[in-house]
Order: sequence, then C-alpha cells, then structure tokens
Amino acid sequence: MAVLELTNISKHFGAIQAVNDVSLSIEPGQVVGLMGDNGAGKSTLVKMIAGNFPPSHGTMKMDDRELILHKPAEARQHGIEIVHQDLALCNNLTAAANVYLGRELRRGVGPFRILDYATMYKRAGQLFAELKSETRPRDLVKQMSGGQRQAVAIARTMLSQAKIVLMDEPTAAISVRQVAEVLNLIRHLRDQGIAVVLISHRMPDVFDVADRVIVMRRGRKVADKKIALSSPEEVTGLITGAIEQVS
Amino acid sequence: MAVTLDQTIAQKQHTLLSRLFSSQTFWVVIAVILACIFLSFATDAFATSKNLYNITRNITFVAIVALGMTFVIITGGIDLSVGSVLCLCSMVLAVTMHAGFSIEVGILATIATALVIGGFNGILIAYLGFPPFVVTLGMLSIARSLAMVASNNTVVFQFGPDHDKLLALGGGAWVFGIANPVLYMILLALITGFTLRWTKFGRHIFAIGGNEHAATLTGVPVRQIKVAVYMISALSAGIAGIIQTGWLGAVTTNLGTGMELQVIAATVIGGANLAGGVGTAFGAIVGAALIEVIRNSLGLLGINAFWQGTFIGGAILMAVLFDRIRNFRRSD
Repeated sequence: MAVLELTNISKHFGAIQAVNDVSLSIEPGQVVGLMGDNGAGKSTLVKMIAGNFPPSHGTMKMDDRELILHKPAEARQHGIEIVHQDLALCNNLTAAANVYLGRELRRGVGPFRILDYATMYKRAGQLFAELKSETRPRDLVKQMSGGQRQAVAIARTMLSQAKIVLMDEPTAAISVRQVAEVLNLIRHLRDQGIAVVLISHRMPDVFDVADRVIVMRRGRKVADKKIALSSPEEVTGLITGAIEQVS
Repeated sequence: MAVTLDQTIAQKQHTLLSRLFSSQTFWVVIAVILACIFLSFATDAFATSKNLYNITRNITFVAIVALGMTFVIITGGIDLSVGSVLCLCSMVLAVTMHAGFSIEVGILATIATALVIGGFNGILIAYLGFPPFVVTLGMLSIARSLAMVASNNTVVFQFGPDHDKLLALGGGAWVFGIANPVLYMILLALITGFTLRWTKFGRHIFAIGGNEHAATLTGVPVRQIKVAVYMISALSAGIAGIIQTGWLGAVTTNLGTGMELQVIAATVIGGANLAGGVGTAFGAIVGAALIEVIRNSLGLLGINAFWQGTFIGGAILMAVLFDRIRNFRRSD
C-alpha cells in the first residue's frame, strides 16, 4: 500500500504552470530519487507535500486518506518530515538541542516545567547510534563536519514517527567521504520502513541509493521507473529533453 | 582497544575545567578579583564597608538593565532606548506619585509604560521588519522627549503620600545591611539565568540568535519571542528606573543619559556577542562590576576622572580581543 499518493496534482502561480498534472505514489521503505533541471517543478512539488502551499488541482492521499495541509506544522503531524537544503541548524547550540529544536522535552508540573536535558541527550545519542553516526549530543554543531551536520538534521526527522522524509539536495555541498556517510543515513531510514524522497542533481548518488527515479521536466513527470531498468544516460536525456518521455 | 560507536557518542569532549578556562566571563571575574585585591592594598579607602556598599549598589542599575539587554543581544538585536526608557519610567513613577497616587499605582503605571514601549519596539522589529538599531534609536529620542513632556522638564523630588515608602524601597538595606538594589539585582539575575538555561523560551532565544531562519523552519514562534525580548529589555529599564528613583529621591530629565552604552559595554565585557547567540546573566553582572570597579578605583587612586572613558573603553576592547584570540586558536 502506498504511504503517499498524488493524483493529477497541478500548481500554477498566476500564468506560470509550475507543476502540471503529476501523479505518483510512494511505498513505505522506498527511496525515490526526484530529478530534474532547475525550474522543472521539483521544489514546487515537494513544497506542496511539505504543506508550504496547497495544490491548485488534484488530490494528495496518505495511507488512503485524503491529505489537506494548510501549513508545514500540519505536514509534520502527519509524519511528513523535511531535511532542508541548508539543514536549518543553529551553530551555537548542541547537537541534541538542534535535534529537539521547536519540540523541546520538558519535565515538571503545570506551568513549572523545565527543559529535560538528560532525556534529550540520551534520546539524541540513541538516534545517532541508530544512524551509525559518530555524533556526540553534547557537542556544538559549529564544530561538526558536513556528515555529522546531516546526521543531526536527519535525526530530527526521526523524533516522531515519520512515514516519509523529503531531503532537499542533501549531498550538494559536502566532501566525497561525507556523501557516502549521508547515503548510509538514507539507507538506515529506509531500513526502518520510512519512505525517502531524495531531491538531487547528483546522478551517482541517486543511482547508488534510490530504488526508483522520477524525472520532471517543465512541470511534467516524464519518467517514473525502477532504477535497475534505467541508466544515467537515459535520465540525463530525460532531464535535458533529448528523450521526450518514457513509461 | 577498539572504541565502539556508543562510547564515542557518550564521550564528553569538554570537562568542567576546560569549559571554565575557555569562558570569557571567567577571565573577567578573575580581572575583577585581581583589581579588588590590588586596590585593597594600594588604597586605604577601597576595602571599607562604606565603599563596598557604594560599589555594589552602583553596579546594580547598569546590571539590572544589562540583564534585560542580554535577552535582546542573544537574539542578535540591540536596544539603544534603555537609558531614555529608564528616564521616562522614573518620570512616570514620580509624576504619578507626586499627583497623590499610592506607590502601588505608581509602580503599576511605570511597568505598564515600560511594557508598552518594549512592545512597540518589538512589533516594529518583529512584524514590520525594521532594523532594531533604527527602531530603538528612534525610541531613544521619543522616550526622553516624553519624559520632558510628562514633567515639563522640571525636577520631581516630592512623591506624595508614599514618599517615604519609595525612598525605603530604593535606598534602604533590609537584609544584613546589603543595599536593597543589590538584592533586587541578585533576584533578577537568578530569574534571568534560570530562564535562559532551563526554559523553552530561553532555548528559543538562543536559537533565534544562532540561526533565525532555522528557528522559523523548525516551528519556533520567532516573532512573538522577539517582541517578548524587547518588552523584557524595557521592563528591566523600568525596574531599574523605579529603584533608582527611590535611591536618588529625585528625578531629572537627564537621568540615564548615555546609559545604553554602559549597559551594552557591560554585556559585551561579560561575554555576550553582538552577533547573537551567546550571553549569560552572570556575564552581564560581572561586566557591570568590572566597569564600576574601574570607575571607583580611578577615583580612589587619584587619577583624573577624564581618564575614565579610556579605561572603560580599553576594558571593552580587551574583552573582545580575548574572544578573538580564542577564535584564532580554534580555527588553527
């Protein structure tokens, strides 16, 4: 059963048709590479799933129930988590503080509640262990490597029972070794039955980790196939328009 | 022996001691203590109970406002209006009580004034996107002018039926001979320290100073918190104004002139970073203490008072220089 199903989704901003009649479904535990040139409509599509704005036409379903989102917080309540391209981390805070940012744990009674440092450190440490990342919850994010920073941003998505994680260019600006680390993080999410949508420009990463690739061009979905049945050459052709469409 | 992942994750990188030595506040405390020891030997007048009473009390007015300013500076903002707001608040208190109202009414009116002004600053900054520097610079001018309007630019020194209560509130020493303002300062510092370290609100203030965009994306109510910090800053100026009025026994319209710079200096010396994201309550107090000790010692050592600004300015530069050296070392 699909965790997320989009049916005939369109979005226009005034006269500009950003996304045009896109349908797709994503299964639990599946990694989907979403590719396309700048302006192909990837970000618009992702922002609709993330609750930044509603589609002009079409329906979104989550676990067979219709999904209507008014703001990002509602998407989060439904188990949709986003790892932003810039990661949205505060350098002056610890890894644990960043993981829990905006949903800090507290203990105490009624209005007398204080931050529960011990539990937050412990839980954050467990999440990093699950991700097999050498990240210490008490360290400041300022001192961390690109891979560790990704781990912090991804650990954030695992706090609640996420069903689907959208990752915007997670490997865009980090070293080769760290890319391998991030791809491993993605595999760990997948192994826990979480669906991952990987938005990326980097062909090797998508072919390394994704099960399926979806290619968009000028607001339309032009390909949606198993990664094993495709090739980087074909995807490049689809992105540029050299290949019109494949089914 | 192989180190497992769990051990690495559980490892603490900093011991208590190493964190202490890398803290700017710690070195400023050492500087204050050394200065005090030196002055006790160098002059007869320093280590007298009367002088210490004066020093601790003089610290409080700048320190209390610096506590409020710390909230603003941690979010990456600045509040230049505190000196004028202190003056306006003192004047509201003085005029209300002079008109025959009780001290309770006077204090309520003062606090309401402070909160309205802080709220006004905060809304312009958080919701309309004005730069904090400009908004509070405007308020610096507006608040002092309103103080002149309220008093018709006269000195108020009679505070109606509760005159004596007000003077006792600010000028008394109810516990162990410690000046009342010092007690208020300690209480407010404890509240500030607690709020910054142990509440969600405090955590969010640091997050906004570290990366405002990230705070917004993760669902931190950035705008409401920004309004709140400017209200806290103005409130601290109002509280300092009430206490100072009680201590001085008179209010003039040049009260608190230039105070904003001393307050900002105190927070920066105490380790707050004007770029945001760093600051402590203890630092604000220690910064204020260092400034006051410098001022007091120059007088006692018989150095011309014109040199004061040079020494205080030097202390600001030294404190920031220290921070720079620490950063150079880290980037190596």
